[in-house]
Amino acid sequence: MNPRITLATAARVLRQLRGDRRTVAMLMVVPSLLMVLLRYVLDSSPFVFDEIGLQLLGIFPFVTMFLVTSVAMLRERTSGTLERLLTTRLAKLDLLLGYALAFGIAALAQVGIATAVTMGWLGLQIVSGVGWAVVLAVASALLGMALGLLVSAFATTEFQAVQFMPAVVLPQILLCGMLVPRSHMLDVLNWLSDVLPLSYVVDGMARARTSTAGAGLVGDVAVVIGCILAALAIGAVTLRRRTP
Amino acid sequence: MTTEPAIVVQDLVVDRGRRRVLHSLSCQIPAGQVTGLLGPSGSGKTTLLRCLVGVQRIRSGVVLVLGVPAGERTLRARVGYVTQAPSVYADLSVRDNLRYFAVLAGIADPSARAEETLSTVGLAGRGGERVGRLSGGEHARVSLACALVGSPEVLVLDEPTVGLDPILRRDLWRLFHELADDGKTVLVSSHVMDEAARCDRLLLLREGRLVADDSPAAIRQATGTVDLEEAFLRLAEGQDVAS
Repeated sequence: MNPRITLATAARVLRQLRGDRRTVAMLMVVPSLLMVLLRYVLDSSPFVFDEIGLQLLGIFPFVTMFLVTSVAMLRERTSGTLERLLTTRLAKLDLLLGYALAFGIAALAQVGIATAVTMGWLGLQIVSGVGWAVVLAVASALLGMALGLLVSAFATTEFQAVQFMPAVVLPQILLCGMLVPRSHMLDVLNWLSDVLPLSYVVDGMARARTSTAGAGLVGDVAVVIGCILAALAIGAVTLRRRTP
Repeated sequence: MTTEPAIVVQDLVVDRGRRRVLHSLSCQIPAGQVTGLLGPSGSGKTTLLRCLVGVQRIRSGVVLVLGVPAGERTLRARVGYVTQAPSVYADLSVRDNLRYFAVLAGIADPSARAEETLSTVGLAGRGGERVGRLSGGEHARVSLACALVGSPEVLVLDEPTVGLDPILRRDLWRLFHELADDGKTVLVSSHVMDEAARCDRLLLLREGRLVADDSPAAIRQATGTVDLEEAFLRLAEGQDVAS
């Protein structure tokens, strides 16, 4: 691994992202607009907005970063640049950390705007402090990024990559406890939700909203970070220098 | 010029799927020369080049580049590879592509080196343009420049002159010879026989087997023809008779 190459890779990915103004605008604005929409959809039940709004603040970055990264990495694979990169001094870790750094920065901007709108303007209350919501949302974005990198190995076209969104992301949204508390689900589904990482983002958001930071919240963040590292490690295995 | 070959291939066998692409191929590529890898489409040229840069899974055999097994970490800054389809970032500017590949090659001053390389491939003043907006030929030259930017000792180029206009092709071949005169080893694949005459040495590949490995003059003499295309035909017929 070489820090100069890692940073150059992160800068390159950000430059590619910046070149696509429309995507940047969507990434930065859409989550905030959806929060505003949700706020007024739930105008008659502000408590529900407090509860679901914060959970969605954790889910949006996961979904958007998953989509952007899976397509970006798929392009890297199909355009031949990945093969070319792997003939240079770049280590696989440089590439993965470069992507993580670039999308981490993008996620921080996205989450920063959405949090400011949700808490500053829409008046969502959080007991443990804004910092924890941002930490969870950025961790969620990195989780989406890491899973996006991973699934790009199983897609051969951009159509397929986008189809992984409903396949990988929607079940997690259904099972994460936002629609029905996880403890009220059938045992099998409850167990399933225990092994899906997005559940811990949503659990963490619920905890952050209602209580001050404690071991439970730290534990949720730790599980999400563990899942990010695991997904990156499996993703690294899919980056083969030698291919048939 | 060194006498040690830059690349040594011994009994190389490669299968892709169920098909055998290279059949126990052996050859040596001299350092400091322009070697042409010629053969029809589908003869295994790209597969052989991929073996030399260490991205092709091989079944058996030995591939040594600069005395080291192909694909080893220490070789990565010393070997430049240009794939057949230009593999650069179409959504970045020409300059940003070059700078990135310069950093990957460990160049101390990527910006200065990028500008220098731009003029080498005839794209001086075009650094600010987005690669995706360039013509096919310009796109290919950016891809070539991204390999040259690291000043590698061995250049492996997969059909770098396809689709370029004759003047550009002549300029690029001139560049390849300048690089060879500087002591670099240049391996260029092509399916166009009229490029064969521009090489110091030729490897003629057909259906995964070498039909010739010699200088153009020696090949002409051995086959009794001045036309290299005709020479290839005679060699290929000889191979068919032998097998």
